[in-house]
Amino acid sequence: MALTRLSSPSASPPRSVPAAPTRPGRRWITPWLFLAVPLIMLVTFTYVPVANMISYSFTDWDGVSPDKDFVGLGNYAQLFTRPELFQVFSVSLFYLVASFAQIALALYFATVLSFRLRLRNLFKGVLFFPYLLNGVAVAFVFLYVFQPGGTLDGLLRLFGVDAKIFWLGDPDLVNVSLAGVSIWRFLGLNFVLFLGAIQSVPAEIHEAAELDGASRTQVFRHIIVPSIRPIISLSVILGVSGALSVFEIPYVMTGGSGESRTFVIQTIKLAFQFNKMGLASASAVVLLVAILLITWVQRRLIPEERPETR
Amino acid sequence: MTTRTIPTGPAGRLAPLWRTAASARRISRILTYISLVAAAGVVVGPLLTVFLTSLKTPRELARGGVFSLPGDWLNLSNYLTAFENGNMLVAFGNTAFILVFSVTGTIVIGTMAAYAIDRFHFRMKRLVIALFLMATLVPGVTTQVATFKVIDAFGLFDTRWGPILLYMGTDIVSIYIFLQFIRNIPVSLDEAARLDGASSLKIYRSVILPLLKPAIATVVIIKGITVYNEFYIPFLYMPSEELGVISTSLFRFKGPFGAHWEIISAGAVLVILPTLVIFLALQRFIYNGFTAGAVK
Repeated sequence: MALTRLSSPSASPPRSVPAAPTRPGRRWITPWLFLAVPLIMLVTFTYVPVANMISYSFTDWDGVSPDKDFVGLGNYAQLFTRPELFQVFSVSLFYLVASFAQIALALYFATVLSFRLRLRNLFKGVLFFPYLLNGVAVAFVFLYVFQPGGTLDGLLRLFGVDAKIFWLGDPDLVNVSLAGVSIWRFLGLNFVLFLGAIQSVPAEIHEAAELDGASRTQVFRHIIVPSIRPIISLSVILGVSGALSVFEIPYVMTGGSGESRTFVIQTIKLAFQFNKMGLASASAVVLLVAILLITWVQRRLIPEERPETR
Repeated sequence: MTTRTIPTGPAGRLAPLWRTAASARRISRILTYISLVAAAGVVVGPLLTVFLTSLKTPRELARGGVFSLPGDWLNLSNYLTAFENGNMLVAFGNTAFILVFSVTGTIVIGTMAAYAIDRFHFRMKRLVIALFLMATLVPGVTTQVATFKVIDAFGLFDTRWGPILLYMGTDIVSIYIFLQFIRNIPVSLDEAARLDGASSLKIYRSVILPLLKPAIATVVIIKGITVYNEFYIPFLYMPSEELGVISTSLFRFKGPFGAHWEIISAGAVLVILPTLVIFLALQRFIYNGFTAGAVK
């Protein structure tokens, strides 16, 4: 079972690094020659932007003009006091709840499909496939699902429900619909990660439990859950940071207007539509700090349970 | 899959004492199947209706319901419109161009970095590793506001090289995958080659790279699918219509084809089809690749 490979590579024994070569004079430079391009790229496209972003966030720069004035923490104060800017955080809550639902569903299907079942590989493939799909295509597929007279309305009519529901037009419903699309799209990754972890438990343990007359609930609680705890914690982190950085689906489906505006959509609009580079940078810094904080908390809470250190 | 699971034989084989338990198991098994079939329906249903719609004429679409079948199963006119008026041919070309360069670049950069980090002792090695490690924590979406200015300063805005450089330069997960594999290549192979007088570059090229093939395959798959699906970066950096990749060109269907769901559906199916083919052909590698990528 090749999925278990994810836990094996770092398990190799410690080894020596090659002995000094014949020409010691040029030796020190060799690793740097190999590292030059990767490091330049890393600094240019990750660290320079982060540094710039932090410095922009204290200014009122519009992104175009040569002059920018220092405004201290003004941008940050605006972000947390203007309700229309702050509202995006409540949109994240919808996606946050969705990602927990997604983890629960993924866990259920992974457990079920870890037992021997007819058509197991087919179900596995079907559940995973949406994760591979192009986000714009997914958004269009679901625009069709949600549109008046579309797939969902047609389905409801089959069951005799002829309600006119504006899945994307109703401000109370739009984020629920969009979060549902997000579950549809991302469930597959969680599911395959869980399944891989569950299947890495040796079959003998399952057999022993079976001989002892363990019920499926007991197998789940005492064998399956412990084996996937690290993956669950990883999924929670991915889910939380994912909920904060939602962009594609709402942007394509509703244009990110009104109630469905997310944090990233707002940041992009501030920067490129309203030319408020300073405010947009402050907003991006807040997002970055939030995600770093969550990751840090997770590493703190579950320090060495990362799968590859097992 | 070869994993063995609990042997749950037919209920009849179990001892009589267990009969009630067995019938409970049978019920739970039926419920399990119902839930699986329902989930499969939720996944396939939306895709299937879009596929059906893509084969219908506008008249059929207006008259029939969502689930009605197309009159002519070989009606490809919507696909032709999508291809010709929707710029999809150019889009596939641009995507292929970007794909080739960014995947090749990712492999070269990733293997070089992994080789240097794993096979050499040098000063500030820990700092270098820490720099790469910390970068994995910075999500790309957050920094684009400022990255945009960097790309713009290089004069790469609205060229295909902007996204290519970003795809190559910000993929630290690939470096991790290469690092994990390179650790399992015995150092004795390097040493033997070095005794034969091979330079470090020669060792990298003719010892390390060939042995990294499985890792390269993994990276090609994950990176290929990620780049193929990327919307945010091309949308931000390549606004020109003739530089559209499949995501951005499909996105533009929204305007001109507004209410023409048969054409929008054909466009979506055109984009989904290659993914389906790749998935069916490379299933096992794809599961492994994405698992390795997510867990780093």
